[in-house]
Amino acid sequence: MLKVRIKFRKYGFMKFIGHLDVMRYFQKAMRRAEIPIAYTGGYSPHMIMSFAQPLGVGVTSDGEYLDIELKEPISSEKAVEQLNRTMVEGMEVVSFREIPDDKKSSGMTIVAAASYRVTLLESRKTSEITMALPEEWQERVEAFMAQPEIVVMKKTKRSEKEVDIKPMIYQMEVLTGKAGQNSDSIYLFLATGSEQNLKPDLVMEAFLAFIGIEDEEVPMHYHRLEVYAKNHMSQGSDPFISLEDLGNEIR
Amino acid sequence: MRKLALSDDVLLKIEKPARYIGGEVNSIVKDKNKVDIRFAMCFPDVYEIGMSHLGIQILYDMFNRREDVWCERVYSPWVDLDRIMRDEHIPLFALESQDPIKDFDFLGITIQYEMCYTNILQVLDLSGIPLEASERDESDPIVIGGGPCTYNPEPLAEFFDLFYIGEGETVYDQLLDAYKENKKNGGSRKDYLEMAAEIEGIYVPSFYDVKYNEDGTIASFLPNNPHAKEKIKKQVVMDVTATTYPEKPVVPFIKVTQDRVVLEVQRGCIRGCRFCQAGMLYRPTRERNVEKLKEYAYKMLKNTGHEEISLSSLSTSDYSELKELVTFLIDEFQKDGINISLPSLRIDAFSLDVMGQVQDIRKSSLTFAPEAGSQRMRNVINKGLTEEDILDGAGQAFDGGWNKVKLYFMLGLPTETEEDMRAIPELADKIARRYYEIPKDQRNGKCQITASSSFFIPKPFTPFQWARMYTNEEYIARAAIVKHAFNEQLNRKSLKYHWHDAEVTVLEGVFARGDRKTAAVIREAYRLGCLYDSWSDQFENEKWMQAFENTGVDIAFYNLRERPLDELFPWDFIDIGVTKQFLQREWERAMRAEVTPNCRMQCSGCGVAKWKGGVCVEGKN
Repeated sequence: MLKVRIKFRKYGFMKFIGHLDVMRYFQKAMRRAEIPIAYTGGYSPHMIMSFAQPLGVGVTSDGEYLDIELKEPISSEKAVEQLNRTMVEGMEVVSFREIPDDKKSSGMTIVAAASYRVTLLESRKTSEITMALPEEWQERVEAFMAQPEIVVMKKTKRSEKEVDIKPMIYQMEVLTGKAGQNSDSIYLFLATGSEQNLKPDLVMEAFLAFIGIEDEEVPMHYHRLEVYAKNHMSQGSDPFISLEDLGNEIR
Repeated sequence: MRKLALSDDVLLKIEKPARYIGGEVNSIVKDKNKVDIRFAMCFPDVYEIGMSHLGIQILYDMFNRREDVWCERVYSPWVDLDRIMRDEHIPLFALESQDPIKDFDFLGITIQYEMCYTNILQVLDLSGIPLEASERDESDPIVIGGGPCTYNPEPLAEFFDLFYIGEGETVYDQLLDAYKENKKNGGSRKDYLEMAAEIEGIYVPSFYDVKYNEDGTIASFLPNNPHAKEKIKKQVVMDVTATTYPEKPVVPFIKVTQDRVVLEVQRGCIRGCRFCQAGMLYRPTRERNVEKLKEYAYKMLKNTGHEEISLSSLSTSDYSELKELVTFLIDEFQKDGINISLPSLRIDAFSLDVMGQVQDIRKSSLTFAPEAGSQRMRNVINKGLTEEDILDGAGQAFDGGWNKVKLYFMLGLPTETEEDMRAIPELADKIARRYYEIPKDQRNGKCQITASSSFFIPKPFTPFQWARMYTNEEYIARAAIVKHAFNEQLNRKSLKYHWHDAEVTVLEGVFARGDRKTAAVIREAYRLGCLYDSWSDQFENEKWMQAFENTGVDIAFYNLRERPLDELFPWDFIDIGVTKQFLQREWERAMRAEVTPNCRMQCSGCGVAKWKGGVCVEGKN
């Protein structure tokens, strides 16, 4: 069986479609695009398909992933083309790559980190109109990250508990856009996955509390940029590698 | 990128925002400046229900095949969004363009059940269209109704500009062409309604006057406009194979009730059950060619990516090519992980065999709809299913490994006695006994027989249109008799009984056979806050009762009278092809518990044979 990783973008109105419906969407898309996907056996066979880290409703993304298995090969180019021909506006398949069948590359338990872009919005009515970050935020972000620990209340289904999220924030910095374009944003690189998982809104909530602003007053948009696994490939290079880079084009 | 009608903050605080954003696979977007007619097609219930309706998919596809028309969809906003739209004055919009409904040329509403009537007013209200047709002006869309409830459109008459009586595939083109022509000629709204009134099957309620007798019954129903016809002829597609069918239905993002490819195998039903309105309305039975259906199956599965396909019709077991079609679907698609979902079929060796192939026997259940417990009562309703049929069918299924049975009944049928009621649990018990005849070591644990009953509602254009109904209390008393008798059965531990709500039955009864005077109740109930009345968690009977009290409309007049044979009914101006004489003959035969053979056995002269099509000419060509 050929294991394949599909990378896709979710943007525009598709941000209103929840994770379970995105799964349903891709099941149907596989059929429409006639991708030779493999099924489980048994009485009611279903597609072998697993998704990385669910994306919250309202969040857009350039780096979403699902892994499938193929019963017969298809070239990456052809698969991407066929899938995109059946996509709706707001969904785009970026790549379709074979992944090695080992524990380090396949299976979504390898997810270890994700990066996000956070923008300030003029209002909650639309995420199309962004605003420049207040000038002092550059400094405030540095101060926020300079704390020895960042303790927040983390809510789970059952309880609330105090957690130090600092070790899970691998990176947080202000990115300045090109002059006059209001495109500056906050870049977050966070622990993600089954071992440790930190959501970007929790970080921003803690940051706003740190600078003394009520959370409700600041409309923000979250955009996921990429999802990463730990890099086992070579020593001395980046500790993380994007899920896409673990795969190879099928010719 | 399209601009959404609702802002992000609204969409993120309501349930299932995907109901309102459009953009689904196969939804159709056109340039509004390049079309002549914009048609908003509405199912007045929540998205998941509306999206599951085949009729709308057929019309959506048919309209959009015309280059000069852009047909879009609109559904009732759920109660959470309803509140926000009222508070923030957001007008109701269509899914594709997200433009206000008020900007459209037509608002077409399919009317599938009586309990959606307040939702119709909601759709008009949120669109900013006056509820009363008489108050609309040139800026308002033409509001058109269609669907089964339009066979008695009178309770809704004042809310609609026109009704399309019959199957949508026939005269819509004429109706749309007339609209274009009138627009080109600079004609008024009234000019258009007069043009429409000339088209077969189109009913313009404002062109008719109703006079009443002192006792409240109708004295006369006459056109007040020279363009209006005295009788409106139901529209019917004689060649259902040649007509259009949606090969690329819209694929919703969220799970809807009917989340699968649906093949409509035939229209109409040969059976002639006397309570069944659809069985009379859609005569004659017309089958779709099996090769054409196979072609649709391929195309529709490919175009939607659905993982399930099902067959639809009033009585699929009567489709003459059923074996061929089902065998094809299983052989062709099951290996690709496509689930074949079967409708409830008459139990025989064939149906048990295919059921065994497509579902898990231990989990699935058999369904019987005897509708009545005693043979006498089944003869009254002309349900040609005998106790022997049921016990044999169940027996075969039990021998094949099944152990769950569902039974559907009606209570409150004409001539029903306590004996008939008690026959329901007795029949259920006999089925259980049949199961326990199987030696213990060969059967699959206990059996589970689940019986449910609804209360019978007499419908227009059925042999029971003259029948009386009962009060809420009387219905509950009848269900209690049945419930009590269930507890007396030998195998009571294997039997379960549920009954449907009686309050809704009473309301459905009033509006099914109501006249124009009942419109006031709908308006008042809506004003009092009634909405989504078909949803048991939303239904508020007290408000409805208040609405009757406030308007002085008497439920007893509509529900508790057995109507005399010479009474002029509100729906008598419609000609469905089946004659009133036939219905009366059937009503009289019912009173004598006489069975009438089905259309394939023998023609009973209902009247539709004049169209020379479908089952009426089978084997005669």
